[in-house]
Amino acid sequence: MKSKLAIMMCGAALAVTGVHAQAADMADSMTIVSWGGAYQKSQINAYAEPYKGANSEVEVIWDESSNEAVAKLRAMNEAGNITWDLVDVVAADAIRLCDEGLAMEFDADELLAAGDDGSSASDDFGDLLVSDCFIPQIVYSTTFGYRTDMVGDTPPTNICDVFDLEKYPGKRSLEKRPINNMEWALLCDGVAKEDVYDVLETEEGQTQALAKLDTIKDQVVWWSAGADTPQLLADGEVVMGSTYNGRLFSLIEEQDQPVAMLWDAQVFDLDGWIIPAGLPEDRLARVKDFVKFATDTQRLADQAKYISYGPARKSSAPLVGQHADLGIDMAPHMPTDPNNSKNTFLYNYTWWADYRDDLDAKFQAWLAQ
Amino acid sequence: MTDATNSPSTGPMLSADGTPLKKSLQIALRRQKLRALALIAPLLLFVLISFIAPIADMLFRSVENEIVSETIPRTVIALEQWDYEDGNAAAPSDDVYAALYVDLSEAEEFKTHTRLGSRLNYETTGMSSLLRKTGRGIGRMDTDEYTKQFEALDPKWEDPAAWVAMMQSPGVANILPETASAWQSWQRMVTNKNDVLSEEQPEDFIYTMLYRDLIAQPVSAVAAYSGPGAEMLQAADSAVDGFEAISLREQFLDIDKDWADAQIWGTIKAFSSPYTAGYFLSSVDLQQTPAGIEQQPENQQIYMLLFGRTMFMSMVIMGSCILLGYPIAYLLSNLPLRTSNLLLILVLLPFWTSLLVRTSAWKVLLQQQGVINDILVWVGLVADGDRLVMINNQFGTIVAMTHILLPFMILPLYSVMKTIPPTYVRAAKSLGATNWTAFWRVYFPQSVPGIGAGSILVFILSIGYYITPELVGGTTGTFISNRIAYHISSSLNWGLAAALGTILLAVVLLLYWVYDRIVGIDNVSLG
Repeated sequence: MKSKLAIMMCGAALAVTGVHAQAADMADSMTIVSWGGAYQKSQINAYAEPYKGANSEVEVIWDESSNEAVAKLRAMNEAGNITWDLVDVVAADAIRLCDEGLAMEFDADELLAAGDDGSSASDDFGDLLVSDCFIPQIVYSTTFGYRTDMVGDTPPTNICDVFDLEKYPGKRSLEKRPINNMEWALLCDGVAKEDVYDVLETEEGQTQALAKLDTIKDQVVWWSAGADTPQLLADGEVVMGSTYNGRLFSLIEEQDQPVAMLWDAQVFDLDGWIIPAGLPEDRLARVKDFVKFATDTQRLADQAKYISYGPARKSSAPLVGQHADLGIDMAPHMPTDPNNSKNTFLYNYTWWADYRDDLDAKFQAWLAQ
Repeated sequence: MTDATNSPSTGPMLSADGTPLKKSLQIALRRQKLRALALIAPLLLFVLISFIAPIADMLFRSVENEIVSETIPRTVIALEQWDYEDGNAAAPSDDVYAALYVDLSEAEEFKTHTRLGSRLNYETTGMSSLLRKTGRGIGRMDTDEYTKQFEALDPKWEDPAAWVAMMQSPGVANILPETASAWQSWQRMVTNKNDVLSEEQPEDFIYTMLYRDLIAQPVSAVAAYSGPGAEMLQAADSAVDGFEAISLREQFLDIDKDWADAQIWGTIKAFSSPYTAGYFLSSVDLQQTPAGIEQQPENQQIYMLLFGRTMFMSMVIMGSCILLGYPIAYLLSNLPLRTSNLLLILVLLPFWTSLLVRTSAWKVLLQQQGVINDILVWVGLVADGDRLVMINNQFGTIVAMTHILLPFMILPLYSVMKTIPPTYVRAAKSLGATNWTAFWRVYFPQSVPGIGAGSILVFILSIGYYITPELVGGTTGTFISNRIAYHISSSLNWGLAAALGTILLAVVLLLYWVYDRIVGIDNVSLG
């Protein structure tokens, strides 16, 4: 690391004039869109502050609009005035934006820094480059948390305990969309993991999944915001509920609630950046510069100090250290930790891109009945 | 006045300068009207540009469907010859595949094929990945065989300049119609890449179209051509029968076997016109299929239910607002000014608090481990085991929305009641009416305009609400606006969202009209 820094500094010293010329071509301000809350804070701490340290002239404006980024980007594109420079979205939204021509396609090895271990960017990110427009940042998972004081002496260990009302009576919270819920339902209705999407493609399979969900429908609180389940768990409104693992981490470790993680059949998902298509050249140059910095091996590993999401680069994993305030080791809290990832799912992006509209209609009709 | 001007005895009245009085009055009035119009013109323009136009534009999306005919124009025309038949319908002929080949080659360059995929995926599941996959595969088809065969025949076919010279000759479009049409696409693609046409060798799809044209044209037609490149064209025409032919249909099936599925083609054909009723059909639980208009399968019917529920619950919320708001407004208007002002602030106070805070407060109050349930359990009215479910259902939505919309009922009621003179009720009582009769026969009828205004406000606001139902409505308390919001921000199906919004707007206007017929809009007063 040290030697690399030295080389970089040497390079910088040699190319002072060059850097100046380059800086003049880059915009001085940059609007970054993210999710707000603890997640955005981790990005500010791990990416934006160090970047500003090296480029003091840059002003970073944060916009907490990732939730409706897809719709807003489309509206901006139609109005012909893109005001955002970099947008944090989940992979499924990135694919949608790429399909709509609203996100910029890029060549991973050209745009992104090579890994610290010498691997090229495309190798380092590997399979996580799920779209030509998507710059992966973190791996998070949707998993269950349960109240340790409400489950008796035998805490749940299996995803199917969610569907077991006799053993674990009480309400559960599930996300108000078919994604993940349909897979879990089939899994607990005897479908093998590798067959889940084949079954879900058929009309019978969809009916089967909804029938399984029917068995607990009366006991489900449906959430649509990531903060709902942690709140419901803290209030004791539900025995168990699904949400993002980082939310559960802060509930358990930072707020000290009697809650534990189930981890079984957790669904991995990705979150990352997209660059809006059609940016003016100076702004694009600035964003490219920032992205190269913010997604390098060290920066991705740094983010894990502030939030329990796994870095998207393979080379970052060994560098994950301790929580910045709590001082606990972060590695065991990562969804990708071997102890946590014995049984996992990866969100099937291509499959859901096709079936999302159809299944959502069916799911919402089922919910409304 | 008309009587005066028509009076036969005096003739038309004249003004001082001799013009008929009627006319000069008209001129003066018109001038006044114009002045008034000029005064409000800035506001009118502002409203038109910033309010009416965007809404009209948004609503227009409910029928707009140009994306299909713009992205794959040749395919749409070629498909006119093909008819979808239910059941074991055959996929279209090779001509359609050829048209699709050129269309998608261009669409892939401009990245519009995925957009088309998203659009058609709303109608038929699987179109999205089918088009994305085809876009990836379109450049790797075996059609380079044609290119190689032409090049082997005459190396000049490799020369971009020779192509440009030939394609710019006026007669060539008649002999090589498909090639000429594909050439236009090629020109656009080259310009898009900022390349020069005469330096880029055409892609395989141009050679493929050339092959198809030469096979289709009689020898005499090609022989009659004498423009640039005539020699190589005529040589190719005589050799082309010996070329190895590539079935484009097979090429597409190699990419994805779904291209043999008549359902896919039927969907493209059904949605090929620039305007569609498809979104409106979807919003009333019907669907446009290749075979015609059908009901949605039962497990996908949701919108009629939601429209009905939205209307019903808005009525209930309006009713409970009247029941709660009327006594408060009555009290406010009959108390001394100092006390009533204080109370009015209490009415307005929640109005100034964030909507989300108020909704979340209801969550804390109503949930099973919440304040109300805790008190009920503590008092002993409810057993700890079966606490009341008061949130994440219709009840929760009605309670929270009634609370949020109550000021909109109280304020118009209050301002109307303020103007009712207390002397009427006193007079009625002095004439022997009981308290109830005096209220019901004298006071209440005078307060009806306030009820009318409040009801319209509350009702219209509540059918458009979506945050509160989303947060406390659970599954049985959500409104149609929640689906509109979903289609705007998540599924990006703006056409369907616009159709749902148009229907909602139409329903409101219809109810307004009915209300006008029954109550009379003149009877509504905001104060």
